[in-house]
Amino acid sequence: MSNQIIVVVEHLKGNIEDITFEMLGKGKEIAGATGGELVALLLGNGADGLAGQLGAADKVIYVDDANLAEYNPQAYCKAVTQIVQANSPKMVLIGNTSMGMDIAGGVSVDANLPFIAYASGIANDGSSVTSSLYGGKMNVDSTPSGDGCIVSVIAGSFPADAGKADGSPSVENATVDVSGLSVTFKQLIEPEGGDVDITQQEILVSVGRGIQSDENLPMAEELAAKLGGAISCSRPIVDSKWLAKTRQVGKSGLKVKPKLYLALGISGAPEHIEGMKDADLIIAVNTDPKAPIFDYAHYGVVQDLFDFIPALSGKL
Amino acid sequence: MNIIVPIKQVPDLVEELEINADGTDLDREWLKMKLNEFDDHALEEALLMKDESGANVTAIALDGDDIDKALYAAAAKGADRLVKVTGATGNSTHQAAKALANAIQGMDYDLVMTGVQSVDDRDGQLAVILAHYLGNSHVSVVTGVQASGGSVTVQKEYGAGMVAEFEAATPVVLGIQAARETPRYVPVAKVRRAQKSSTIEEVAAGDAAADAGSTVSKMYKPETGAGAEMIDGSAEDQAAKVIEILTQKGVK
Ligand SMILES: Cc1cc2nc3c(=O)[nH]c(=O)nc-3n(C[C@H](O)[C@H](O)[C@H](O)COP(=O)(O)OP(=O)(O)OC[C@H]3O[C@@H](n4cnc5c(N)ncnc54)[C@H](O)[C@@H]3O)c2cc1C
Repeated sequence: MSNQIIVVVEHLKGNIEDITFEMLGKGKEIAGATGGELVALLLGNGADGLAGQLGAADKVIYVDDANLAEYNPQAYCKAVTQIVQANSPKMVLIGNTSMGMDIAGGVSVDANLPFIAYASGIANDGSSVTSSLYGGKMNVDSTPSGDGCIVSVIAGSFPADAGKADGSPSVENATVDVSGLSVTFKQLIEPEGGDVDITQQEILVSVGRGIQSDENLPMAEELAAKLGGAISCSRPIVDSKWLAKTRQVGKSGLKVKPKLYLALGISGAPEHIEGMKDADLIIAVNTDPKAPIFDYAHYGVVQDLFDFIPALSGKL
Repeated sequence: MNIIVPIKQVPDLVEELEINADGTDLDREWLKMKLNEFDDHALEEALLMKDESGANVTAIALDGDDIDKALYAAAAKGADRLVKVTGATGNSTHQAAKALANAIQGMDYDLVMTGVQSVDDRDGQLAVILAHYLGNSHVSVVTGVQASGGSVTVQKEYGAGMVAEFEAATPVVLGIQAARETPRYVPVAKVRRAQKSSTIEEVAAGDAAADAGSTVSKMYKPETGAGAEMIDGSAEDQAAKVIEILTQKGVK
């Protein structure tokens, strides 16, 4: 095993995603504490220009291949596995993101390495990883057995600033075999525009599954209007087609930072928290006093939203 | 088209979760279980494909608490075949994937569709790990599947509403995030009828030695309410206090 900490760089349309900087920042701490080398693994085709933003790393390993021009689950698995096998790192950090969820488990099987998912904390000596499980209701600390492990990191767990540094880390070009693919990239489909942009709203009244039915949406919409804000929601509300995708807050929705985020009947699963935890003021209303949303809210109201909404609306 | 849908039961988060005596797992004695909601979406998408073009849908699960009920419910919703994998031990994703792979390897399939994640998959999401044990390719976080000939077109969600489209030759394993429709509901009476009319085939897990690769040292509840100042009283009192806070913070 080497003393490397490898961070798999995530990028889309020429932009490095924040999760990469979050992992680089944390990786730097681990590398510092263990006397290790922090390596950013960059995959792409003509993407070497991105290395200049990876100054937090001691070294960038860059793989250039036409099959890596766009993110592809199969190609990325193959490439990361081969780099990991060639370098035997102490730890590999991969985002617990849409892309990373396709990679980490595959590399774990193919490179025969332990995999700890949903990390929200990592001990600086690398000996223990905290996973956020059960919709954020339980934390679990685990210790990887054997040498080397893969950790997938929940976005927003570590500050991105700590991993942002320009500079010119040394770039090592590597080649891997990513041929013989049975999955091919077709196209990127951009989100539909035209709706209210919830990322620009100062006040969001956000509803979750606790709202029970689309018939109950008008009371939340009325409250939003009285507060001078807009309505947003958790994912199940969009999956049920009660509100448009453009209103979804979270990991696969939008990241919002309003002056007020009023969460009504939202449990606070990690995927939702990713999208709203930086709001200036978070007030959560939930019937379950143990709902994880209360860990992130500034003010908590244990109450039935069907009693709370009319009470608040009546006072505005 | 043969579609295999691995499903599993997970603790219902609406219930209070208790930690066991040695502090490393949930106290499973009184745990209320329910179908992993993303598996429900995977099953729904498979059944929609069946409704459209006559696919054959197999629901498969590892033996465990309440699993027969979940399998019969799948039959009641329209699954054609029910398979229970017996003799698997441990509760890691790697072990489950290995046992499922052993069982699935002997079956005829074009697609394996399962939930994108579950609330307890500490050592990783099933779809990807299963795919690699099966030697198949995979795409995860999928919200749309269209089959044609020997391949499928799938839509995979990134963040912020961005979607990537891939074409994958079958067989392929998909981690389903959401079906195009809300998963269908079946009344209990229909599940009971399915229980009488369908059979669950049992398949031995075989050599399912796989290691999660890590050991749990501690399970604990995050400090609920640590961040939030709780506002007590009746709904009216609470609303009044919220108005006060909004005024004080200059939001209203
Ligand atoms: C890859 C991936 C990406 C995801 N992306 C997102 C995302 O972008 N955004 C997102 O939100 N989720 C996302 N999810 C889903 C996420 O895991 C959760 O399933 C989801 O956030 C739960 O939404 P919820 O809180 O509305 O529902 P639940 O978790 O079901 O919570 C409902 C809450 O309402 C409360 N409640 C019920 N009745 C009442 C009442 N009468 N009054 C007050 N409270 C009540 C309950 O106590 C409960 O806490 C993603 C999942 C995956 C796997």
